[in-house]
Amino acid sequence: MSATAPAAPAPGGAGPDERLGRTSPLRRLMGRPELGSVVGALAVFLFFAVVADSFLRAASLSTVLYAASTIGIMAVPVALLMIGGEFDLSAGVMVTSSALVSSMFSYQMTANVWVGVGVSLLVTLAIGVFNGFMLTRTGLPSFIITLGTFLMLTGLNLGFTKLISGTVSTKSIADMEGFASAKSVFASTLTLGGVNFKITILWWFALVGVATWLLLRTRAGNWIFAVGGGKDAARAVGVPVARTKIGLYMGVAFGAWIAGQHLLFSFDVVQSGEGVGNELIYIIAAVIGGCLITGGYGSAIGSAVGALIFGMTSKGIVFAEWNPDWFKFFLGAMLLLATLLNAWVRKRAEATT
Amino acid sequence: MTLAGCSSTGGKRAEDARKAAASQGKSTVSTPRWTFAMVTHSGDGDTFWDIVQNGAREAAAKDNINFVYSHHDEAQQQAQLVDAAIDKEVDGIIVTLAKPAAMKSALERARKAGIPVITVNSGSAESKEFGALTHIGQDETVAGEAVGTELNERGRRSAVCVLHEQGNVGHEQRCAGAKKTFEGRMTNLYVDGTNMPDVQASIVSKLQADRDIDAVVTLGAPFADTAVKAKQDAGSKAEIDTFDLNEKVAAGLKSGDLGFAVDQQPYLQGYEAVDLLWLFKYNADVLGGGKPVLTGPQIVTKDQAAELEDYTKRGTR
Repeated sequence: MSATAPAAPAPGGAGPDERLGRTSPLRRLMGRPELGSVVGALAVFLFFAVVADSFLRAASLSTVLYAASTIGIMAVPVALLMIGGEFDLSAGVMVTSSALVSSMFSYQMTANVWVGVGVSLLVTLAIGVFNGFMLTRTGLPSFIITLGTFLMLTGLNLGFTKLISGTVSTKSIADMEGFASAKSVFASTLTLGGVNFKITILWWFALVGVATWLLLRTRAGNWIFAVGGGKDAARAVGVPVARTKIGLYMGVAFGAWIAGQHLLFSFDVVQSGEGVGNELIYIIAAVIGGCLITGGYGSAIGSAVGALIFGMTSKGIVFAEWNPDWFKFFLGAMLLLATLLNAWVRKRAEATT
Repeated sequence: MTLAGCSSTGGKRAEDARKAAASQGKSTVSTPRWTFAMVTHSGDGDTFWDIVQNGAREAAAKDNINFVYSHHDEAQQQAQLVDAAIDKEVDGIIVTLAKPAAMKSALERARKAGIPVITVNSGSAESKEFGALTHIGQDETVAGEAVGTELNERGRRSAVCVLHEQGNVGHEQRCAGAKKTFEGRMTNLYVDGTNMPDVQASIVSKLQADRDIDAVVTLGAPFADTAVKAKQDAGSKAEIDTFDLNEKVAAGLKSGDLGFAVDQQPYLQGYEAVDLLWLFKYNADVLGGGKPVLTGPQIVTKDQAAELEDYTKRGTR
């Protein structure tokens, strides 16, 4: 619960609760879940700024931000889900599924592209509901449930695409009605001061904003922390555990929908075998950003910082002209360091409150 | 001169000697030190791309080029790596178009930035359309057709095409090409290429299920060896043939475990790409006249095996 407390400070007047009244700004900062990752991100940024001379160019930073945003869009809802105490291993392929559904529906029905996009939203959300419903109904761990969904979706993606299109990728829908407007929503490029920014960066920032507001300012946010901290205790005080968890899975599905539409509208066609393995990247971003694997602790901003570290490392290695063979090693080391730093910061924060 | 207990052949010392010989390759030109970036769709630790890189690096050493390599098997990530190379303002880009649609906008950006692009390996159909100078590689359908013809000549009646990467367009084209020219019956078998025991078990069960199969075609060199093991497990008489070469395949050809291999000469793809970019920058040369420059298929059999074994050992075939 430590993440929610600092969000409601009692400015000026003596707070009725001494635990809140005595919190100094420094201590409040120390209690933030994303502190460790922010320190890590600064270190990675400075490191590549020194090592790679082209890293600090505006165009380079925009590329890094784009890379971070494609992970970050999914890392936000995945972080929320982790705070709620669950995993989603189907998140990676769900992105591909979502893109495949809109593309194939629009093409086969010769419908306006937006119809396909809408159908895809419904189908993707239904997958989220399926995950959440199975979880709350069966009581099986989310690891098993979503692993099952992951495998089923992987098979469905390939099977359906091959069945409908005859090949392993979809047909181009670039010449269909509504494509241009959908592309401007999901995959356009904005020019700001001579530098091109991909619109996914805006989507990402918006999601982080909404998720942060949800977590810290609404009752639903309290529910998320409560079900992640202790399901039974939460249920005892009247938190709708099942509804909250299903909602969280729908959040992941919504993120997958946005990421999937971006994939579709930036590349016109979708390869059915993509997306496998990305679910771990989203989880890593959330964990680097300070989410606890056991649930009940974390933040949306942290997941964004985690995604940013990911983007900086993966592209920084290119800018520094290093051998990419070492990328996974750096990523692993960063994950360990971030988690250790998080654990240390939290222990310090808890010891002094 | 050999010390007691040391091997006079092979091992680390032989490798060092080869490396020392290779590093003697100093640049032979006096053009400025340009930077060329190569971005491929390779997964981590792929032997095929090692050979491509060897070719590219040796050409780079000769042409006084600073060669930078990066790769990612997800299309979106690969496109971002090309973006990063453009941001770095490199002097030339070599890229694979295994997932062409995903790379279109990145190549457009490169064109706008005035960076020459050469496509290699995959994407012969899209290369010109996307504004690349030349495509260097093997036409997968043509390569598949060559396999079908070769199987006919060897009197095969029933073949199975082993695809180790579900969703790879090039793989589908190879098997479809082979099916087209092969006069016997050919079926596809999908296996999980990242799980070798699974590959072996799948081939075994296929061979056990269908005793008529007299040819197994694998699409990658590492899988040929697994297919040989599977054939033994299943007690089958099928001939194992494969796409691509490596040390084991060369040895297999020599010993007769393998019938033939279709080589697309990855070394050539890397070497020629760097060399052609250099030629373009130095002399505005272009090769192919708008048509892809084919590096394969070259069918290799027992006859060439001994010679190839040396070259596969040093990592250039």
